[in-house]
Amino acid sequence: MRSAAPALLSPDHWTRRRFSAVAIQASALVLVAALVWFGATNAVANIERLGVATGFDFLWRPAGFAIEQHLIPYDESSTYATAFVVAVLNTIVLALVSLVLATIIGFAVGLGRRSRNALAHGVATSYVETIRNVPLLLQLFFWYFAMLRPLPAPRQSLSLFHVVFLNSRGLMLPRLVADPGFDLVLWALAAGLSLAALAARLLARRRALTGSALRTWPIVLACVLGLPLAAAAVTGFPMHWEVPHLRGFNFDGGIAVLPEFVAMTLALSLYSASYIAEIVRAGLDAVSRGQIEAARALGLKPGAVNGKILIPQALRIIVPPLGNEYLRLFRNTTLAAAIAYSDLTQVFGGTVLNQTAQALEVMVIVAGTYLVINLAVSSLLNWYNRHIAWEQR
Amino acid sequence: MTALAAPLAPGLGSRATRFLRTCVSSPGSIALSLALLLALGYTLPDLVDWAFLAGHWRGGPAACDHTYGACWTFVAARWSQLVYGAYPPAQWWRVDIVFALVLAGGAALLSRRVLYKGLIGLLLMAVAPPVAAVLLLGGVLGLQPVSVTAWGGLMLTVVLGGAALAGALPVGLVLALCRRSSLPVIRYLATGLIEFLRGVPLIPLLFIAMNVLPLLLPPGTDLSPLMRIVVAFILFNGAAMAEVFRGGLQAIPKGQYEAAHSLGLGHAKTMALVVLPQAVAIVTPGLVNVAVAIVKETTVIYIIGLFDFLTEIQAGLQAPNWLLGDQVRDTGYFFAALVYWAVCFGLSRVSARLELQRERRL
Repeated sequence: MRSAAPALLSPDHWTRRRFSAVAIQASALVLVAALVWFGATNAVANIERLGVATGFDFLWRPAGFAIEQHLIPYDESSTYATAFVVAVLNTIVLALVSLVLATIIGFAVGLGRRSRNALAHGVATSYVETIRNVPLLLQLFFWYFAMLRPLPAPRQSLSLFHVVFLNSRGLMLPRLVADPGFDLVLWALAAGLSLAALAARLLARRRALTGSALRTWPIVLACVLGLPLAAAAVTGFPMHWEVPHLRGFNFDGGIAVLPEFVAMTLALSLYSASYIAEIVRAGLDAVSRGQIEAARALGLKPGAVNGKILIPQALRIIVPPLGNEYLRLFRNTTLAAAIAYSDLTQVFGGTVLNQTAQALEVMVIVAGTYLVINLAVSSLLNWYNRHIAWEQR
Repeated sequence: MTALAAPLAPGLGSRATRFLRTCVSSPGSIALSLALLLALGYTLPDLVDWAFLAGHWRGGPAACDHTYGACWTFVAARWSQLVYGAYPPAQWWRVDIVFALVLAGGAALLSRRVLYKGLIGLLLMAVAPPVAAVLLLGGVLGLQPVSVTAWGGLMLTVVLGGAALAGALPVGLVLALCRRSSLPVIRYLATGLIEFLRGVPLIPLLFIAMNVLPLLLPPGTDLSPLMRIVVAFILFNGAAMAEVFRGGLQAIPKGQYEAAHSLGLGHAKTMALVVLPQAVAIVTPGLVNVAVAIVKETTVIYIIGLFDFLTEIQAGLQAPNWLLGDQVRDTGYFFAALVYWAVCFGLSRVSARLELQRERRL
C-alpha cells in the first residue's frame, strides 16, 4: 500500500482522516437517532392501538394488592409508589443478608482451599466445583421446593432450643424488644462509636510519631461494647427478648421470616460463597512467599505474620473482585420472580405490569432502579479501590 | 493419632499415609478432620444409598409410589419430553442432527489436536445457526414445518444457548472494538450500551424483551417469544463478552500497534492481522467462562414460561400421574443437577486447561 512515510504526514492525509472521523461519528449518531425515532413512532402507534394509559400517574393510585413481606407500613389501599418502596427494600434486605452470609461462608471455604489438611482442602474444592457448576435457579428450586416447602406445619416445627423454629410458614426468630429507657443505650452506642473512632485516630497518630502505642482493639471494643452495656446496666437492662411461641395454628411474636426469603438467602449466599472462596484463595495465593518467609525470619509469630503481612496485602487484591461479586449477587436477587418472593422484579415486572399494562413505564422504573443502584455501588467501589490501591513508586 | 504419624519422615510413605498425615498435623487439624468426617459420614452414605442402591430403575409411576429411594423411572418415562419437548416424534431425527452438529463442533473447537480452529469456529458461527434453523423450523426443502411452540427440553436449551453464544461473540467483539475506538462518539455509545446491559440484571432484561420490544416494532410484527428471548440473551452476553475482549485488547502492548503502523498497516489491518489474533488467544478462557454462564442462564426462561430442560423437569413433577411426593421431585432435581454439572464442569476444565497452556507459552 502506502510505502513512503511523507504520505502519512501530508496535510492532505490528515484532512482526509479528520473528515472520515467526522463522517463515521456523524453517521453513527444519525443511525442511533433513526433507531430511536423508529422505536418511538412505533411505540406511539402501538400504545394508541392497544388503548393503554401513558405516564407515571398510576404511581399515586392505590395498588390494591397485598405484599406479605413489607418493612414499612403497607396494605392494599397503599399507592403503587409505596409498593415500589416496599419492593426495593425487600430486594435490598435480601441482598444485604445474603451478602453477609456469602462473605462468611466464602472466606471459610477459601481458607479451606488453602488448608494443609487434605480432607479440608478436598471438601472445600468439591464445594466450589459443585456449587459453581449448577444453575442458581436449580439450587433455588432445591432449597424452596425440596427442602422448605415439605417442612412440617407450625405445630410440628423443628426447633433449636425452643427459641428458633423452622416450619412450612418459614423461620421464626426471637426479637429484641425495646422497653422505655432504651434510647439511653442507643445514645451510649453512638457515643461509643464516635469515641472509638477518635481513640483509633489518636493512637494511630501516636504510633506514627513515637513508634509505640497501646493496642487499639481492646480500647475500641471497650468503647463500642462497654459503653452501651454500662448504660444498659445502669438503667436496668431496658429491653427483653420476645421469643416466638405457638398460638393456635401459627406462631406469635418474634420475627417471622418467609420461606421464600429463607430459600433465596440460602441459594444466593451458598452460590456466591463459591465465587468468593476462589477470590479469597487467589488473593492469598498472590502474596509472594518471600513476604511470609521474610516475616518469619524477622521472628514474627504466626498470628502476626497473618495479621500484619499476609492479610493486609491479600485484602488489596481481594476487595475489587469481591465488590464485583457483591454486585452480581445483587443482580441475582431478581431470580426471586421464580418463587414469588416480593422483590422489585416480581412486584413490578409481574403484578404491577399485569395490572397497569403500561409496559414501557413499568420497565423503565424497574431497569432504571437496578441500573442506578448498580452504578452507585460500582462507583463507590471504584472510589474505595483507588483509595486503598498501592502507592505506585 | 499424631504418634502414629510422627515416626514417618516427611515425603515418605504412600499417598494415603501422606493424606492421613496432613489431616492430623495439629490438634486443630484433628478437630477439623473429625468434624468434616462426621458431616460426610452423615450425608454421603445416605445420598449414595438413596440415589443408587435404593433407587427404582424399572416400572412406571407405581414403582416409586411413596417409597424410599430415587425414582429413576421418572427420568426414563419422561425422557422424550426432557430431550425433545413437544417436537413430533417422527421428526426427532432433525433434532438429533442438530445435537450431532453441536457436539461435533464443540469437540472440534475444544480438542487439542484439531487444527484451523479459527476457521472452524467462524464456519460454525456463520453456517450452523441457519442450518439448525432450517432443520428445526422446516417448511422448506420438503421438511414438514414444526411450530416454535413445540420446541422444548434439552433441545430448546441447546438452541437458546447456541444462538446466544453464536450471536454474542460478534456483538461482543464489535462492542469491545467500539469501546476502544479513538472516535469519542463511537466510544461513548458503546460504553453506554455495555454499562446499561451490565447494570440491568438478566431477568428484567428478559421482561423488557418480552413486553417492551414488541411495542418498539411496527404494529403487526409478530416476533415469537423465543426470538425476543434470543435477542435479550445475545445483547446481555454480548456485553459480558465485550468486557472479556476488552481485557484481551488492553493486554496487547502498545509496541504492537506502533510496529504495525510503522509497517504501513492501517487501523483495520492492524486490528485484523496483528492485534486480534493475539487478543483472541488471551481471551479464549474468558469466553469459555461466558459460555458456562450462558448454559446456566438458559434456565431462567422458566420465569418467562418457555420449556427449557429444567422447566420440562419441573413440569413433569406436576404431571398428575407423577404427583407421588418427595422422591420424584428430588430425583428430578438430582438428575438435572448432574446434567448441568457435567456440561459446566467439563467446559470449566477446558477453560482452565487453555489458561494453563497460555501461561506455559509465555
